[in-house]
Amino acid sequence: MTAMGDVRRRRIDELAARAGAVPEGEGGVSLTRSAFRRLRRNPVAIIGAVIVVVFLVVAAFAPLLAPRDPLAQSLLSQIRPGFIPGAQEGFPLGVDNLGRDLLSRLIWGSRQSLMIGVISTVLGVAVGMALGVLAGGLGGWVDTVVMRFVDIVLSIPSLLMAISISVLLGQNQYALMIAIAVTQVPIFARLLRGSMLAQRNSDYALAATALGVKKGRIVFGHVLPNSLSPVIVQGTLSLATAIIEAAALSFLGLGDPDLARPEWGAMLANAQAFLSVRPELAVYPALCIIVVALGFTLLGESLREALDPKFRR
Amino acid sequence: MQPLSAMPAEPVLEVEELAVRFTRRGEQPTRAVDGVSFTVAPGETVGLVGESGCGKSVTSLAVMGLLPRRGVEVSGSVRFQGQELVGAPDATLRRLRGADMAMVFQDPLSSLNPTVPIGTQVTEVLLEHRDLSRKEATDEATGLLDKVGIPDPRRRLKEYPHQLSGGMRQRALIAMALACSPRLLIADEPTTALDVTIQAQILELLRELVVDTGTALVMITHDLGVVAGLCDRVHVMYAGKIIETADRHDLFARPRQPYTGGLLASVPRLDGGRGAPLTPIRGSARDTIPWAEGCAFAPRCDNAQDDCLTEVAGSTVSLEPDGPGRELRCRHPIQYPPSPAGATALGAAR
Repeated sequence: MTAMGDVRRRRIDELAARAGAVPEGEGGVSLTRSAFRRLRRNPVAIIGAVIVVVFLVVAAFAPLLAPRDPLAQSLLSQIRPGFIPGAQEGFPLGVDNLGRDLLSRLIWGSRQSLMIGVISTVLGVAVGMALGVLAGGLGGWVDTVVMRFVDIVLSIPSLLMAISISVLLGQNQYALMIAIAVTQVPIFARLLRGSMLAQRNSDYALAATALGVKKGRIVFGHVLPNSLSPVIVQGTLSLATAIIEAAALSFLGLGDPDLARPEWGAMLANAQAFLSVRPELAVYPALCIIVVALGFTLLGESLREALDPKFRR
Repeated sequence: MQPLSAMPAEPVLEVEELAVRFTRRGEQPTRAVDGVSFTVAPGETVGLVGESGCGKSVTSLAVMGLLPRRGVEVSGSVRFQGQELVGAPDATLRRLRGADMAMVFQDPLSSLNPTVPIGTQVTEVLLEHRDLSRKEATDEATGLLDKVGIPDPRRRLKEYPHQLSGGMRQRALIAMALACSPRLLIADEPTTALDVTIQAQILELLRELVVDTGTALVMITHDLGVVAGLCDRVHVMYAGKIIETADRHDLFARPRQPYTGGLLASVPRLDGGRGAPLTPIRGSARDTIPWAEGCAFAPRCDNAQDDCLTEVAGSTVSLEPDGPGRELRCRHPIQYPPSPAGATALGAAR
């Protein structure tokens, strides 16, 4: 009887040991890592990432990828008033009104557009987060002052604001980037502040306070890391907006003063005059803007899904 | 069960006439806690019992000084080892919290930071209050996790809260609370979010730790089973006031307040026989009248009579001594025949 009981007990212990053994290697799986894992399984995220990566590669290796010099004029003999030659051998997308290869200009243009988009978003995120941490971390009158300031900036239509700033700072690329960044700042400031306020009332912040952890440590060690995911998501989505806005501003003639330098927005503006003659001149740069914006949006949306605990399956 | 008699002169915690009011612009202030007094001796386990919204959690937050300053008025006195905590500066409170007094919360998952490994959260407390190097703190944390019964503590330290089971998380939180051997531990419904078998383990762990270290424990709960298993003395709260105080044995054998009697009658009993009906207390916690107008429990009370209302009686219902070691706030308590037969308690409550 006891022997049988012993055997059974050993068997149970064995099973328990097997069930208890966690297959994962040593160390923990952080939320970031498990979010990344979810992201990789999401086809939408893959599509978005592929689009973004393709454009980034094109922008980075533009000098190698572009078949021609984007400034060199050719086929000039074929260009007449009311006629621009279309695609032909050596010019897969045709040339513009000055005989410059459209494909090469699009490839070089991706550099300008992406650079303006990325730099202005990074700038906007940095300043916006600084303001958000200030408001959400300190609270009280600092919060009130920062948020009223942000509200004022937010109440001005973003395109109008960007136009005013680029007019104020003069017509150049840096003014363009700053103008776009300024319109992004309030978004990130509000977002981070709101998410930090919510996290400050969380149980673990209370639990940390109850264990005597200093306020600064709670804000930076506990509240901030938990408040970042909406900022990351919005940052990705904002890249799309920034690229569109950059194109819009250079379309309006507020971008790069060097009109020869290829940039999608400026190309679009230039193509306007020849819309009835050769609509492709407008269609291709517009398509580029749309596809890049789509790529960043898809990536941003799937990031949101991956980081949001409510979407977890 | 340890004897209650060996009670040293100096209590760890003395709460006197503690009142908490939540004020809101343009609204009547809400009295969440209304003149609560109790003391906790070293090594003693005191239970604060009551249903949701009776003010037991607010009492514990007020003791720890964790209530927000805005919109909250705390009055009365909370003395911890003789030091007044009501109105004490933040820096003083912060030094005490975690080192000399600690708290364990209800929901172990939300009480841990999901983005930070367990180990970092445990060592954080150690580094905050004790002069340790990072390496020493990690060793200490390993020891702590081991002490609260977490197997393979070295590996667990690197894991994140979502990788631990509910019981494991609560053990980790207890380890954090006990990191600096506090004199007072407040446990706010530490077992509510856990399933029954884990509940028993956590209670057993708390009991062991309290006995081993002589830490005073304030147990906040709505679960009378927890009270029966753990507490030396019990304070029953209703609508922000203590309505009955008794030794655990006395309380279960002969509840005097009809509310306490009702609580005991509404707990399912294994020895009650199959199909034995439970007796819930009538109404809900919202059916109460202000203490200024009489006994707050009167609208739900079977024993209530006209003089439970102050307009009739002409004086407020006060907390008065009721035999050795007992206090009671009731004009018409449950009566018992002279023979001390505990079983009649339930019958009388009905």
